[in-house]
Amino acid sequence: MRYLPLTETDRREMLGVIGAKGIDELFRDVPESARRDGLVDLPRRKGELEVERIFERMAAKNVAAGSVPFFVGGGAYRHHVPATVDHLIQRSEFLTSYTPYQPEIAQGTLQYLFEFQTQVAMITGMDVANASMYDGSTGCGEAVLMAHRVTKRRKAVLSGTLHPQYAAVVRNLSDFADYQVETMPPALPGTSEDIISHITDETSCVVVQTPGFFGELHDLRPIAEAAHAKGALLIAVVSEIVSLGAVTPPGEMGADIVVGEGQSIGNGLNFGGPYVGLFATREKYVRQMPGRLCGETVDADGKRGYVLTLSTREQHIRREKATSNICTNSGLCCLAFTIHMSLLGEDGYGQLARINHAAAVKLAERLAAVPGVEILNKAFFNEFTMRLSRPAAEVVDALAEKGVLGGVPASRLLPGVKEAEDLLIVASTEINTDADRAAYAAALKEVL
Amino acid sequence: MSGMNKQGRPTSIGGASATGARETFTGNRALEQEEPLLFELDNPGACGVDFDEPGEFTSHLGNFERQGRIGLARVSEPEVMRHFVRLSAKNYSIDAGLYPLGSCTMKHNPRLNEKMARLPGISDVHPLQPQQTVQGSLELMSELSHWLKELTGMPGVTLSPKAGAHGELCGMMAIRAALIARGEDETRTRVLVPESAHGTNPATAALLGYKVDAIPATKEGRVDLEAFKSKLGPDVAAIMLTNPNTCGLFERDIVKIADAVHEAGAYFYCDGANFNAIVGRVRPGDLGVDAMHINLHKTFSTPHGGGGPGAGPVVFSQALAPFAPLPYVVNGKDGFRLVETEGEAEADGTTPFGRMTAFHGQMGMFVRALSYMLSHGSDGLRQVAEDAVLNANYVLASLKDDLSAPFEGPCMHEALFDDRFLKGTGVETLDFAKAMIDEGYHPMTMYFPLVVHGAMLIEPTETESKQAVDLFIATLKDLARAARSNDKDRFTGAPYMSPRRRLDETGAARRPVLRWAPPPAPAQAAE
Repeated sequence: MRYLPLTETDRREMLGVIGAKGIDELFRDVPESARRDGLVDLPRRKGELEVERIFERMAAKNVAAGSVPFFVGGGAYRHHVPATVDHLIQRSEFLTSYTPYQPEIAQGTLQYLFEFQTQVAMITGMDVANASMYDGSTGCGEAVLMAHRVTKRRKAVLSGTLHPQYAAVVRNLSDFADYQVETMPPALPGTSEDIISHITDETSCVVVQTPGFFGELHDLRPIAEAAHAKGALLIAVVSEIVSLGAVTPPGEMGADIVVGEGQSIGNGLNFGGPYVGLFATREKYVRQMPGRLCGETVDADGKRGYVLTLSTREQHIRREKATSNICTNSGLCCLAFTIHMSLLGEDGYGQLARINHAAAVKLAERLAAVPGVEILNKAFFNEFTMRLSRPAAEVVDALAEKGVLGGVPASRLLPGVKEAEDLLIVASTEINTDADRAAYAAALKEVL
Repeated sequence: MSGMNKQGRPTSIGGASATGARETFTGNRALEQEEPLLFELDNPGACGVDFDEPGEFTSHLGNFERQGRIGLARVSEPEVMRHFVRLSAKNYSIDAGLYPLGSCTMKHNPRLNEKMARLPGISDVHPLQPQQTVQGSLELMSELSHWLKELTGMPGVTLSPKAGAHGELCGMMAIRAALIARGEDETRTRVLVPESAHGTNPATAALLGYKVDAIPATKEGRVDLEAFKSKLGPDVAAIMLTNPNTCGLFERDIVKIADAVHEAGAYFYCDGANFNAIVGRVRPGDLGVDAMHINLHKTFSTPHGGGGPGAGPVVFSQALAPFAPLPYVVNGKDGFRLVETEGEAEADGTTPFGRMTAFHGQMGMFVRALSYMLSHGSDGLRQVAEDAVLNANYVLASLKDDLSAPFEGPCMHEALFDDRFLKGTGVETLDFAKAMIDEGYHPMTMYFPLVVHGAMLIEPTETESKQAVDLFIATLKDLARAARSNDKDRFTGAPYMSPRRRLDETGAARRPVLRWAPPPAPAQAAE
């Protein structure tokens, strides 16, 4: 087998040194009832070429996003990733190293984590950020647990602006950890949500997403004020992180914790993962944060260097008293984010955001002209919601037949919600051309 | 004692002193270049991308338009390239050398897997595309599920957990959901965890509100069966057991443990971190396991990536399978279908406990793991376990007289040593490990498991050649000899040769600096 260097001769010699007659002797502690003599019922080994053929066959059964006019968002976005990013993250030294437990020989990883933390704190408008979470949704769950720790309260209020699957993750975690959650009904664009009246002296946090699940931009300031007046925290969720290049960051609107999905920067769609969760907060809450943190220090020669720090919060030290059970972060995705953000820089990040916004505005104008379409949003970034004259799930399937991937039917994530049935959530990014928009409008006209 | 963490590991610089090596003007040392922070490279006007401003359009940002500068660095593409290449040169990696981190399974990462994960038909697919446009992805998930179930002998599987610890959480949630369904959630409040367990086990149980009760180990490094049985009772929800355990040993009594757990009405959670030792040879389902997570980044070689992304699918016994979370894939007559909602699950006859994450899990890792499985096949995977165990036992047999081993072999895929061999030398486990860095090795896992003093846990993995392992063994023998012959400075000041020497962890924690901040503006630039 090509990945296994030991030869039969090696194995015999090594067994000799060990003093074992055969390999079975090394497995003698396995109870007899569980020993298997034969192979498990799976195919035998394959060469590279055969494996490639298998995957190519499966890949051919998918419609790749890049092969059609593509407008799907809903928490994952297709952006152009510069070639430099994928080249750099495949360097052996990044790809095949582990968590920087030995900082002397892991300064590469540690320094980019420090740079990542800085970039995330900057774009969210917060003081500090951690070295990433698994993704936006699990980061959101961890943020709610953190708010409970900070406030010593047990009840979260989830806005109807929050991605329904994020809300499901929070509810699941809270159910099992015996915390309470109140979930507001879906906040359809064009309606206003009165979350403030749901904040009480028992509320630990309110969780609001902007741009929201339906694409609408929301003013966090009054909610932050109301939450703080009751001693609760405001958790802001940003599932399209490109937005912060053009939109007021949650940190400037009073958020106490900002959770983001960082996939849009540096990371591909990958059918939902791996992604990279962003997690930022105020300086005063640092010691209540979940996840890894990288900090600056000096070495024995007085040179600047970086280490994982404040690990007394973490499971490998604190065990059952840890702030979270999290062990890894999303290292390589976080590196991809850092490299892409470095290439964008101050000017590129703003430009990319403006291009995205313009793409969505142009698309909205175009689709609004199709009979049977009503655009519901007032303020949006690169995603908006349309009310259609037919159930959106059917429309999306019909559009797919015509070779256009037209968006996310709200009903897929909000099953059983009557008002959501005709809603289609549509995203447009820098990848879309005028021809894509024209193809979409034409196909939609035929379908409706 | 100051400067020690809870594991008794020194965290300050200690006796390390300046090297006395020749200083250069730049601070660079030939191939190894000093590199400032990205933000210190900021050059107004530089940019690493070329965009055109969008043409005329009406802004719909309302009054949410961002004001003022963000502070991001402005850097061109070649500078970005050089920055990250220079950073990469400061990392140790498996591709560069043996990485014997016990319990982390740092094995070779085949590049075929990377290539497969980057096929556009696989990588460039959105999780919320219509299901008829993602049949290939669903087939891939279904195929991976099949391999995981066959390899473990377990009837149920969920793919969505994002990492090992997330998988643990998922497995324990399924256990709690089953207890809720049985009406025994209120009464079963205790979870038994061996004292040698990974920290994630007690942290997970505690997160779910369970009282964690530690099970002592025997002198042989295994669960004390009698002590364990005496702790069982009607208030026990589950046992969380790692097998092979964190001392690198197979739990001989595991079937008896499983039987006793089931007799007491509790469930058996197995931490599958060490599955690499038994893959293809022993099926956890045959041991009586009810739930086990599988770290795809360990056993199935998806790259560790500097600490993630991982993936932690969980396999389930018949008793727990119906509670597996959303979503999951079914193979119906009209092709593959993703069951995403409670309504669909109900129609399908299952009772998922909820959802672990948005979307469907770490697809990018599924591709790599399946590519690895297909490459090895049933025969290759069995050989993986055998060679991993052989390499570890070879290390144990070759070093047990020079280092000190707390437990009798055979071990499984990792060999555990303690610090008795360093007694009286003035060298501690940490120093010994740091001296390994100067010899060109990544140190082993240290101070874990907590059940032996000054633990050194060595996992060579099956992808090391005999030649590489022999050189490693010879190096550790040389170091052990040096420690015994009063060559203390070699250790206490180490590492001397790495890009950085020992770092001040205590100082970092006392005054946390967690981000770069612009230096205060100079009062007036004076020339």
